[in-house]
Amino acid sequence: MKKLFVLGTALLLILSLGLIASAKTLKLGLDADPKSIDIHEQLSGGTLQFSHWVFDPLVRYAQDMSFEPRLAKRWERIDKNTMRFHLVKGVKFHSGNDFTAEDVQFTLNRLKTSVDFKGLFELFSEPVIVDKYTVDIVTTKPYGLVLNMMTYIFPLDKKFYTGTDDKGTPKDAVVKVGHSFAKTAFPSGTGAFKLTHRDHGVKLVLERNENYWDIRSPGNVDKVIFTPIAEAATRVAALLSGDVDFISPVPPQDFKRIQKDSKVDLVTFSGGRIITVQLNQKKNPALANVKVRQAIAYAVNNVGIAKKIMKGTATPAGGTSPHGYSGFSPDLKPRYNLEKAKQLMKEAGYANGFTASMMAPNNRYVNDAKIAETFTQMVAKIGIKVNLKTMPKAQYWDRFDERAADILMIGWHSDTEDSGNFYEFLAMCPDTKTGYGQYNSGNYCNKEVDKLTIAAQTETNFGKRTAMLKRAEKLIYDEAAYITFHWQNHSYGVKNGVNALPIVNAQNFPYLGDLVIK
Amino acid sequence: MFAFIIRRAIQAIMVMIIISLIGFLVQQSLGDPIRDMVGISVSLEERDILRTKMGLNDPQLVQFFRFIKNAAQGDLGISYFHNKPALDVIFKKAPATIELVFITLVLILLITFPIGIHTAIYPDTKFAKYVLGFSTIGVAIPVFLTAIALIYVFSVELQWLPSYGRGKTVNLWGWETGLLTWDGLKHLVLPSISLTSLFLPLYIRLIRSEMMEVLETEYIKFAWAKGLKKHRVWLIHALKNTLLPIITVFGVEFGMLFAFTILTEKVFQWQGMGFMFLEAVERADTALLVAYLVVVGMMFVVINTIVDITYGVINPTVRIAGTK
Repeated sequence: MKKLFVLGTALLLILSLGLIASAKTLKLGLDADPKSIDIHEQLSGGTLQFSHWVFDPLVRYAQDMSFEPRLAKRWERIDKNTMRFHLVKGVKFHSGNDFTAEDVQFTLNRLKTSVDFKGLFELFSEPVIVDKYTVDIVTTKPYGLVLNMMTYIFPLDKKFYTGTDDKGTPKDAVVKVGHSFAKTAFPSGTGAFKLTHRDHGVKLVLERNENYWDIRSPGNVDKVIFTPIAEAATRVAALLSGDVDFISPVPPQDFKRIQKDSKVDLVTFSGGRIITVQLNQKKNPALANVKVRQAIAYAVNNVGIAKKIMKGTATPAGGTSPHGYSGFSPDLKPRYNLEKAKQLMKEAGYANGFTASMMAPNNRYVNDAKIAETFTQMVAKIGIKVNLKTMPKAQYWDRFDERAADILMIGWHSDTEDSGNFYEFLAMCPDTKTGYGQYNSGNYCNKEVDKLTIAAQTETNFGKRTAMLKRAEKLIYDEAAYITFHWQNHSYGVKNGVNALPIVNAQNFPYLGDLVIK
Repeated sequence: MFAFIIRRAIQAIMVMIIISLIGFLVQQSLGDPIRDMVGISVSLEERDILRTKMGLNDPQLVQFFRFIKNAAQGDLGISYFHNKPALDVIFKKAPATIELVFITLVLILLITFPIGIHTAIYPDTKFAKYVLGFSTIGVAIPVFLTAIALIYVFSVELQWLPSYGRGKTVNLWGWETGLLTWDGLKHLVLPSISLTSLFLPLYIRLIRSEMMEVLETEYIKFAWAKGLKKHRVWLIHALKNTLLPIITVFGVEFGMLFAFTILTEKVFQWQGMGFMFLEAVERADTALLVAYLVVVGMMFVVINTIVDITYGVINPTVRIAGTK
């Protein structure tokens, strides 16, 4: 017995030594930290990244855009408006509370009270709890994107967020300005990491959740120290000097520098953000002429832009939807052809060209101002004289809302990872009542695109739905509703041994819980 | 003296009111703070509701008087981004900037005085010529270029010094200091050198020319004739009279020093007031911007008052207006 005890202790000692030896810290340097630790306060990439670290969604996207089960292990459609989700059992929140169907119900209800998220969950009604680990997600109409939306449900700990806090405010309140419990208390999620320190804009520390439910996760990072580094050159220098292990985004002009250095690697992954310029048909009559818009589309060498300005870190776009989306069609190719463009200008009656005003942000998208400048040079070749003004994003969006110029730049990432979202915001006839076309500054309006997009929302048959979206995509392309440049790629600079490739994705949510450091 | 200080205090209040008014007038063109607070797909309607709730839809003047009323009670508004009172945010960031400025000042003093005096006394040595030549180049190089070059050489290539941030800090009675840890000091080296490099040429040249001028005066000749020791002539008689114009320039240049901390802090991701200011501009965090302008305005008045008082101490023949 005594021998067994000694052996046991020795074994434990060796095991724990092994654990200590494998304790890995990741020093992370992204451009910004999440605005709030209440994950329902702001719908932004930063918030969602953080959600994937400290919480777990019901399902998430795999690299090939398929759905990967997370807290929901399987699901089935019960009727037109209902989908049943079976939850993983035995999951505990950071607080120690058990994760059950009630938490899913609570989370969806709370999302519907958030200014930022409620638009996405408009069609959802109160989830029905079937039993402790089964929940029915119900929509008011048939909805083809239920699974897509489940990637936004990161169950919150209902017990932890219920009641009132010491200031007398309800703990579940989502508050933008002023105090709320959820943005002051460190969150209780189910995720691979617990938040242990936060100095907003300065530092964020995450520590491994030792009771993490997903025992199959290969992740071996015990601690993440996240310092936001806004200045791109400093971020790159911090990686090269070894002060941080993982940076994003990497400015295209530094790609070579990182690739050349043997101590660091460059990892890129194609993303879904389309960069476009919109042509205001109401403000400038020339742009209302479909031939003029087509001519501009033919005059833009977006393959060249992707190569020269983006240094190959963008996929030149023909249509709007990237590969992997329902509306994507390989036939819609970039269409650079200067002769054809000139011909179209002549046919349109603008052989001598015309003048147009343009605005673009200079700190919103990768190389946005450079792309805008190149665009003006390209259309100058077909006689269109563009007066370009670029400005910081803080000022730009006000001007965009005013539709202050004939040509406005906008990049769009579909929140649903589905083509319909692009058309709803960028291509549908602007309507202040329904909110459709909110970012369609070009005032492009084609009733058929509207009809197809709305019909696709309630179509649950995948084949039919895809056909509708493909048709809308083609109409937008053919009529050159707006000019598409490329889909921006996500770029990461990592220290050797940080195996980033398996954990990055089109959404730019690096799944740090699964990250392996050698 | 008392009347002088009272007058300066009134001046300070006027300056701050005017600055905040200007701040209010420009904030409109800085952009909409709501944009940074909500996701892009939030509707115009929802944004408008939020704006009304925050009082941003009220007329400019109403907003301004509300601000003045609160400011009189020491409340400069709430930063939209940090979600905390703007003054708290500024005071939290202040130590980083003050430490950077302090170390920079020490470096400027330690370097410029010996070199300036030396080159004034021995203007024809090779050393003096190199220094002057070098300082002409120094004036011409912008601070962010110096900073990036330093990062490249000492962090990326040699890997001797950290490239960004403040490193480990210690909380000393509420003051987060980086001066007491080895890591914190290491982080201070590059930013303070970049900032110092900008001011070295000016002060070396200024001290040199002032000193050379003073060395030509009659009373110095008289001191030589009296047979005083040369160090006494240089460091006591000459230097003291060189100081006055230097202090004047310093009072004015202090503003420049602050302005350049903004760039230095940005490049080094130094978590001070300058960095905070730039981020606030980017995010249209107007409440924080106005508060920052008011605090900096106040600091300027205080520093110039101190400069004026030092005048009298160094040279009793200079009378401060209003004192007897």
